[in-house]
Amino acid sequence: MSKNIKFLVSLLTLIIIFIILLKGLDVSKDYSNEKLKSQIDFSLNAKKLFSDEIINISDLFDKNSPSVVNIWASWCAPCREEHQFLMKLKDMNINIIGINYKDSPKNAKNFLSLLGNPYSEVITDNDGTKSIEFGAIGVPETFIISGKTNEIIKKYIGPLTSENLIEIEKLLKKNA
Amino acid sequence: MSNYLGNYSLYIALIASVYLIFKSYLDANSENKYLDKNFILITSIQTIMITVSFFSLVAAFVISDFSNETVFNNSHTLKPLFYKVSGTWGNHEGSLLLWLLVLSIFLFIFLLNSRSQDTKYKLLTILFQQIIISGFLVFILLTSNPFKTLYPIPSEGLGLNPILQDPALAIHPPILYLGYVGTSIIFSASLASMISGNIGDKWARHIKKWVLVSWIFLTIGILLGSIWAYYELGWGGFWFWDPVENVSLMPWFCLTALLHTVIVLQKRNSFKEWTIILSITTFSLSMSGTFLVRSGILNSIHTFANDPSRGLFILCFLFILILMSILIFFFNQNKISNTAKENFILSKETAILVNNWFMMFFLSVVLVGTIYPIFLEVLNGSKISVGPPFYHNLLIPFLIPFLIFMSFGPSLKWIKDKLKKFNYNILIIFFVSLLISYVILTKTENSFLLSIPLIVLSIYLLLVTIKDFFVSKSSISQKISHFGFSLLITSILLNGLFSNEFNSNMKVGDERIFNEKVVKLKEVNVTDVDNYKSLKASFEVTNKNSSFVLYPEVRIYQQPLTITSEADIKTTLFSDNFLVFNILKDDGYYNIRYQYKPLMIWIWISTIFISFGGLLSVVRKNEQKY
Repeated sequence: MSKNIKFLVSLLTLIIIFIILLKGLDVSKDYSNEKLKSQIDFSLNAKKLFSDEIINISDLFDKNSPSVVNIWASWCAPCREEHQFLMKLKDMNINIIGINYKDSPKNAKNFLSLLGNPYSEVITDNDGTKSIEFGAIGVPETFIISGKTNEIIKKYIGPLTSENLIEIEKLLKKNA
Repeated sequence: MSNYLGNYSLYIALIASVYLIFKSYLDANSENKYLDKNFILITSIQTIMITVSFFSLVAAFVISDFSNETVFNNSHTLKPLFYKVSGTWGNHEGSLLLWLLVLSIFLFIFLLNSRSQDTKYKLLTILFQQIIISGFLVFILLTSNPFKTLYPIPSEGLGLNPILQDPALAIHPPILYLGYVGTSIIFSASLASMISGNIGDKWARHIKKWVLVSWIFLTIGILLGSIWAYYELGWGGFWFWDPVENVSLMPWFCLTALLHTVIVLQKRNSFKEWTIILSITTFSLSMSGTFLVRSGILNSIHTFANDPSRGLFILCFLFILILMSILIFFFNQNKISNTAKENFILSKETAILVNNWFMMFFLSVVLVGTIYPIFLEVLNGSKISVGPPFYHNLLIPFLIPFLIFMSFGPSLKWIKDKLKKFNYNILIIFFVSLLISYVILTKTENSFLLSIPLIVLSIYLLLVTIKDFFVSKSSISQKISHFGFSLLITSILLNGLFSNEFNSNMKVGDERIFNEKVVKLKEVNVTDVDNYKSLKASFEVTNKNSSFVLYPEVRIYQQPLTITSEADIKTTLFSDNFLVFNILKDDGYYNIRYQYKPLMIWIWISTIFISFGGLLSVVRKNEQKY
């Protein structure tokens, strides 16, 4: 490769990276209901963790009231930290659906039997694709989904905190 | 008062910077033989001004001057003095001021240290370094001024976050910054040497110290961050592949490659282009780290307060610098005198080249894992997640050839080495390591096929580096660093293979058996401390022939209601025993998590060995034998 071509190639690469990062700055990290209108694709099928039965995910959601979706893994340390809050949500009779992200079923079951199972149902996501369909970036993530419109009302990236818990409670009441 | 002092001294420093940029540019084009006395004078004025500014911020923190917005947001009268001081750089504004302080001090030291160098080269280094300094000054003054005032003056500050009150975290950022900023001198100096055409063995000897110093600080900075995550976050791991951690690891790979390349330049006067490109890349990566962390473009567990206008500024500044260096590189490429001598396949040069390619590979994996999610989100709106499995799957298999190369590469000779007659020592060492690995691997059930060669090779490398202390002719600093590295890899692998944990729900008086140990929850004491309620449990762990007690704690803060768990860790030379507990519902049960982590302390010790080797190389004058 001649010197000029090398030069032009590196210049062009630089400009492309610059533009992408510039655009990246505008991509909002605030996933509130105004900005994120996307719906959940209810045609997905998934395997249950405890029974190996394949189901359509629309069966998991309650059509009349909002549900919480939580993406977790037994290897994920922050998931342990937030587990106590999920247990509290369960005590409020909230429908929580777990997506078990890139995990071994044995470890996942152990995790739940030791820390308690807050989920009404857990589906497995061995290759991480289901979580991507939900728009997840990593574990843990928690979504509040409206039962009537299938919309994502709110999304939490990272472990839940006690402040989030209060907020979720309010959101669920508002959307019930 | 300190607000005005701090603010205006930054303006004076900016004026000095603008003056120095013009002056050095004009002088570099004239044929002056000597460096104008004014340069040292103005640079020292600038350094003093920035120091004054920094210490007026420290003073504002110490006396809790809440008329300063930064102090108000990040401090509290009840904080211990040590954390008041460290609070100065624990936030965005203050940390940038620290960056700036180190930038200017480093330039000043550089000027004092490079008397024997060519004048034009020195002028150009001042020019580039001042461009960076002025960029940071403008950035601070426009978007993140630490001296914004508040009126009316609040009576109490907001910053009393218990998680951030940790000694490792207090000194971690400054050490890491010393490493990052050190790369700026390497960057400026390599661009300057490119233009003035003095790149060669003499220049390599002069810049090698800066490379070593930055590398040592970066290594120790990463170590401290890891120690903090292990002890304070209480998740029981020391590396999470979090984007914020990755941005400190990327310049490290690059700097490690540069460190080896500079040695080739010094000894053999070749690899000139490698040196320049690595210098530019290392600094760009350090700057990108700042960009990625401070702009809020990443989603990370360690989220920092962020602001898009800051991100925009750093992004533009970063790309202007990279663009400038690409232009300089291509337009001055013909000035690099081609002194590359013939290289033979079996030589130290080739071994270092191979090392560089491995470092570039590790760097690319981490780079892709860190920024590809951003790219994909911009390009088609889809999101992917990158977790530890990605890094482990891509990095670990390549450790095998890397370990093989590292076992013989460093002992090759310069220029051309011969395939010696079969070396029986090597064979003996290899069989010993096979034997040790066999003994180790029979003790675990969860070994995969991949872990067998990894364990064998890491132990083999460890034994070879120990053997090198007695027979090899290379320098003692290299031996120590390489030994430290092989110890690190071995400890990490064995730690990963043998770590195990168990979870259980227990009430007072219960016993559980784990790894032939009996864990007994003896009691839980509830006490009221200042602003929280403390539940301190005592667990007795009994082994066949020994026993110890662990005291993990749960703290319940009332306003706002926060529950934190403080793990208790028993550290010995062989293993760490890590215990953390949580409150379940009111039926008297507690959830406990007990982790057994072998050789944890050796991960820290080996990293200290690695940096100690570097330190020896800086202080010893007769490092000629390498």
